Amino acid sequence: MSDTSKPVQSESSEPVKGTKTEKAATATEAARAEGVVEGQETVAPADDPTAAPVTVVDPRLLIREEGFKGYLTEFKRKVKGGELGQIPVVLGLIVIWTIFQLQNDRFLSADNLSNISYFMSATGMLAIGLVFVLLLGEIDLSVGSVSGLASALFAVFVTEHGMNPWLSLVLTIVTGIGIGALHGWFFAKIGVPAFVVTLAGFLGWNGLMLWLLGSSGTINLPSDSGPIHLLGQSSFFMDQAIIGAYVLAGLAVVLSAVGNFGEQRRRRAAGVPFRATSEILLRVGLLALAAFVSAAVLNNASGVSNALVIFLAALVIVDFVLRRTTYGRKVFAVGGGIEAARRAGINVPLVRITVFAISGGFAAVGGMFFAGQTAGASLSAGGGNTLMLAIAAAVIGGTSLFGGRGTVWSALLGMLVIQSIQTGLDLLNMNTSIQYMITGGVLLGAVVIDSVSRKSQKAAGRG
Amino acid sequence: MVHVSATPVLALRGVSKRFGAVQALTDVELEVHAGEVVALVGDNGAGKSTLVKTIAGVHPIDEGVIEWEGKPVSITRPHDAQGLGVATVYQDLALCDNLDVVGNLYLGRELLHRGVIDEVTMEKNARELLSTLSIRIPSVRIPIASLSGGQRQVVAIARALIGDPKVVILDEPTAALGVEQTAQVLDLVERLRERDLGVILISHNMADVKAVADTVAVLRLGKNNGSFPVKDTSHEDIIAAITGATDNAVTRRAGRRTAEAAK
Ligand SMILES: Nc1ncnc2c1ncn2[C@@H]1O[C@H](COP(=O)(O)OP(=O)(O)OP(=O)(O)O)[C@@H](O)[C@H]1O
Ligand SMILES: [Mg+2]
Repeated sequence: MSDTSKPVQSESSEPVKGTKTEKAATATEAARAEGVVEGQETVAPADDPTAAPVTVVDPRLLIREEGFKGYLTEFKRKVKGGELGQIPVVLGLIVIWTIFQLQNDRFLSADNLSNISYFMSATGMLAIGLVFVLLLGEIDLSVGSVSGLASALFAVFVTEHGMNPWLSLVLTIVTGIGIGALHGWFFAKIGVPAFVVTLAGFLGWNGLMLWLLGSSGTINLPSDSGPIHLLGQSSFFMDQAIIGAYVLAGLAVVLSAVGNFGEQRRRRAAGVPFRATSEILLRVGLLALAAFVSAAVLNNASGVSNALVIFLAALVIVDFVLRRTTYGRKVFAVGGGIEAARRAGINVPLVRITVFAISGGFAAVGGMFFAGQTAGASLSAGGGNTLMLAIAAAVIGGTSLFGGRGTVWSALLGMLVIQSIQTGLDLLNMNTSIQYMITGGVLLGAVVIDSVSRKSQKAAGRG
Repeated sequence: MVHVSATPVLALRGVSKRFGAVQALTDVELEVHAGEVVALVGDNGAGKSTLVKTIAGVHPIDEGVIEWEGKPVSITRPHDAQGLGVATVYQDLALCDNLDVVGNLYLGRELLHRGVIDEVTMEKNARELLSTLSIRIPSVRIPIASLSGGQRQVVAIARALIGDPKVVILDEPTAALGVEQTAQVLDLVERLRERDLGVILISHNMADVKAVADTVAVLRLGKNNGSFPVKDTSHEDIIAAITGATDNAVTRRAGRRTAEAAK
């Protein structure tokens, strides 16, 4: 590779042409031929315009072949290097579904799968918030209690103060955000370990909820209108119209295809590696298969519940925030190295406080989902194993407990596993004791996979 | 060719910094002009990295004044220094292991395209920038954790060149580099000077210092121990100032010899 070591001639006679007026979208061949560095002035001048494009790539390593074959070899290499991603959870899900189906043939019936999809949304909301916290390498033990408190607060607002339900909903979520921010403040500004702060919150907010519900015990909420109706089990997207589910599936596939091909086009125009068309078609094809099969199954039952639609929408939005915005980048940076993030000018305490606030906010939203499920606020809301299930979901789905690695889709995959186990054991009439033991075992398994894959990533130099 | 402006772009006046029981810096003075390369030398533990970190806002100063283009400024966080136009390559690099090369290069100042991180342009610029430093990196999309020490060092240097700095601080940038890459970094320092930037270069390698620096500032036990124009200062004088060992036999003989030669 002689061209990689081509010495850079003194380029003082060739001033940097990078201009701030050049727009990234116009990254055309012509601009490239001039050696322009768009968007930003760099001190080191762009490479000699007459030279062949210099490869930055080490000839020994990881050259990804073009096309589909390259995709496969890259995939194999990643698995060997311990980057298991979502493979264990998908395999686990298949195993779990097979076992339960063999035990009880109603398990894979449309009605049961529809139940799973509805009931997983509530805990799934808590898991979304937890993904943020786990990305920082921290933990939030208060989400269960905060969700219980949220449902109680909402019930008190609506029944005792006669407040408008939508206003109550907003107030409840704002309270959740405030509670999370308070935890974050103690952690980021005072330096109390997050584990301890949120453990205090776990007890304290549960106490506040019990106190709020003290006299009445359980507050029932009218379930025919407002957010409680929307989140209830009998509320469906587009009022159960058959087309509703397919509209959603089609939307997902179109968005994914447009996004993927758009990125491919921009990358090709800019002259950087891009995904092969065959790879994109495979990805979009798999997504389409999953989406339309799910839609068909749910239509076979009674349609797509609005709770599930809101959960999926939240996943898409949060995924976008984490991967495509500077805020998301800051969260990953703080999770990967606090000192490096600080020196890059990132306000670490602010990121920490906002992450805990987000976790509190999603906990409150999850609490509203619980209230929708039971059409009321009860003393047991958000208690029991709610917290453990939410943490288990995020970790089982592939978000690392060690910080810096994960995706919000782990909340969906993890919840599918958790809710399948719960529903399956209910179908088999197993009691709570067995459910706890099995869920505990699954959580332990997920953490073991996380730790082992971290080790082999270290060994493969990708920790 | 050095054309030194009248007002230094960056000046430290009587800067002191204390870590618990350690007085790391005492009354340190330093001036950097636009288009000047100042080499900062001194023994291990002399306080060079601490000085760099006070300028970069990692450790705020206890006493003294930092002047920017003649005006006193307060630098209490890295953000302040970046805002002024100070770009720093730290001795301990400070990269995020979980982010890829592009992510690290642009950390804290991502390019946006309609409000969304513009990965494509960032990746393109990153490739071009790295190729000018003639560094081979397996891929700009692999996490920093899987790079060698020298590759990380080059990423850290490249990081300082993104944006539009006025002063670039390099804390032992060539310590982990091979022959070719060291030459590239020294070339780069010269290009920075040609572009009228101020450069602070920390190095233990006197050959490198003599090759590119205009001025050598010596730190010894956290205090100034002389500042010399490189052209008319001998290797031995610098070593003597660094070690403070004028009673050292070798340097004393050397000193005598230069004194005789002067007569
Ligand atoms: N964060 C810190 N906390 C306490 N003491 C520190 C800290 N950083 C540096 N010191 C102390 O300050 C003194 C100067 O350290 P510094 O790192 O600036 O040395 P240096 O000149 O960069 O040395 P080297 O050539 O080895 O890099 C040392 O005595 C060191 O122990
Ligand atoms: Mg040092």
